Amino acid sequence: MPTQDDARSLEEQIDQWRTYLRRRQAIHSVDVAELEDHLREQIAVLSDSGLDTDEAFLVAVKRMGDLDALSREFAREHSDRLWKQLVLVSSDSGESRAHAQTEAVVVLCLAVAAAALIKVPALFGIQIGEDAGFYARNLSLFVLPLLTVYFIWKRRLDGRTIAWLGAGFVAAALFANVYPFAPDGSTQTLTALHLPIALWVALVGVAYAGPRWRAPDGRMDFIRFSGELFIYYALIALGGGVLMGLTAMIFRAIGIDIEPVFESWVLPCGAVGAVVIASWLVEAKQSVVENMAPVLTRLFTPLFAAVLVMFVGTVVWTGRGVGIERDVLIAFDLLLVVVLALVLYAISARDQESPPGLFDVLQFVLVVSALAADALALWAIAARITDFGLAPNRVAALGMNVILLVNLARSAVLYLRFLRRRASFAALERWQTAYVPVYAVWATFVVIVFPPVFAYI
Amino acid sequence: MEISKDLTAASSTPLVLAILAEEDSYGYAILQRVRELSEGRLEWTDGMLYPVLHRLGRLGYIEGRWEVAESGRRRKYYRITAQGRLHLDEQRRQWQAVDATLRGIWRTVGLPGPADFTMSTRPLPAGG
Repeated sequence: MPTQDDARSLEEQIDQWRTYLRRRQAIHSVDVAELEDHLREQIAVLSDSGLDTDEAFLVAVKRMGDLDALSREFAREHSDRLWKQLVLVSSDSGESRAHAQTEAVVVLCLAVAAAALIKVPALFGIQIGEDAGFYARNLSLFVLPLLTVYFIWKRRLDGRTIAWLGAGFVAAALFANVYPFAPDGSTQTLTALHLPIALWVALVGVAYAGPRWRAPDGRMDFIRFSGELFIYYALIALGGGVLMGLTAMIFRAIGIDIEPVFESWVLPCGAVGAVVIASWLVEAKQSVVENMAPVLTRLFTPLFAAVLVMFVGTVVWTGRGVGIERDVLIAFDLLLVVVLALVLYAISARDQESPPGLFDVLQFVLVVSALAADALALWAIAARITDFGLAPNRVAALGMNVILLVNLARSAVLYLRFLRRRASFAALERWQTAYVPVYAVWATFVVIVFPPVFAYI
Repeated sequence: MEISKDLTAASSTPLVLAILAEEDSYGYAILQRVRELSEGRLEWTDGMLYPVLHRLGRLGYIEGRWEVAESGRRRKYYRITAQGRLHLDEQRRQWQAVDATLRGIWRTVGLPGPADFTMSTRPLPAGG
């Protein structure tokens, strides 16, 4: 007679067996369900014939055969399954399928809304070609609120968070539009560049992570999401470019110039809609397909490290000074951003428990050489601060440089401690996730304070 | 007497198709039916039936559908398709040709034919 305890331990055993089977890539969860049904029936029959539950389980599992061989058979039958596919709406029936379909509809509606939103100003006579400044300042406001709505819907955020997000977007719209910017001025460009950063981190980040925003792992997930979104967006843009190029070519064959339609409709609407679509894809794929950003990081960390070491070596060897032409700081800012991204995405994919390895040494070399290169640039600027001048974009570039420098300097210290086994890797991750709001604060500061201080030039 | 692996594998397609031609069925019941029909001489590893079912499904010979069984669990039932019946016919003719050839040669060399292997004389295997 099976007792309650027997039944519970049987469920546990079946659970373990199921988990073990699910790890096989070639055996999908529906197949596992089918095999489980078989196993349970076999156990029931064996129990009825007098075996106790444990014995019945063991015999049933044995009769099922060697799982490696079974997995191989499945793999031979479905070689496609060794390539993970992104399935947005699964062929399973039931609740999850209905939910996935609702999500697809919501996402499509939001993407269409974003595409429509960017054409609204045109109704009031503000054309993309003529009033580039307006569109540059407001670009993020056409798409990020809708992306935020998606996460509000998906994460079922509470009223207080929604109020904060709404207030944030209203304030952003005000600061982007009430200042009397000089046409083609640098403060306008600075607003156009910094507003998306502020909105991305402070509003989309909060909506994405929800209540987990205060925890390091919530922010780390947002960093992972941002990296994957960037890659998916780039891929969609590439596809869109191919589509537009081909369309233009075949229409030219019948003597119709379709480019004006592209410039005023397809490109802007597609560009904003694709942000929502790409976010949805990243959300759907996160547990299914490997993250791409860490793979690229592994590929490029050694290359960037080698280039930077060579650069610093060349400067020291030849004694050449770093010139302080207009864009030199921006170039070094971009360098630090790339290095920071390499550090971030290496952290995002690293197993915190594993001991220091060769890749960690490479990361350390990368960070230190980037710091050295940046120090050379800053030293050149400090030596001739009067020639450098305090134009708004230079001050902004300098501020950004300092922020990145502080982050990377601390990262280098933490890496060194980790490599010497004086500290855990988690300290580095905590430092990076704790630093995320700094970017938002600086970007907000540039958007709000710079235009009036520099007289809107 | 155990039937060799190659023969087991080769006979799996006509056997599964024929069992499904009797009536719609599911994995465990198909295996039970195989044991019953062969009186335990065809011994399949339980799990290996499923890749076979998937292959037949991919070839369009059978179709699967999920149903809730009387036990309350979801269970996948299979049904033979029109194409499957055609293939079963084809397989039956091939096996009959092999069988006829072998019978001919058994007779010529004077070995005992299938009449000596009547099912009823075989004891039922335990646990089948």
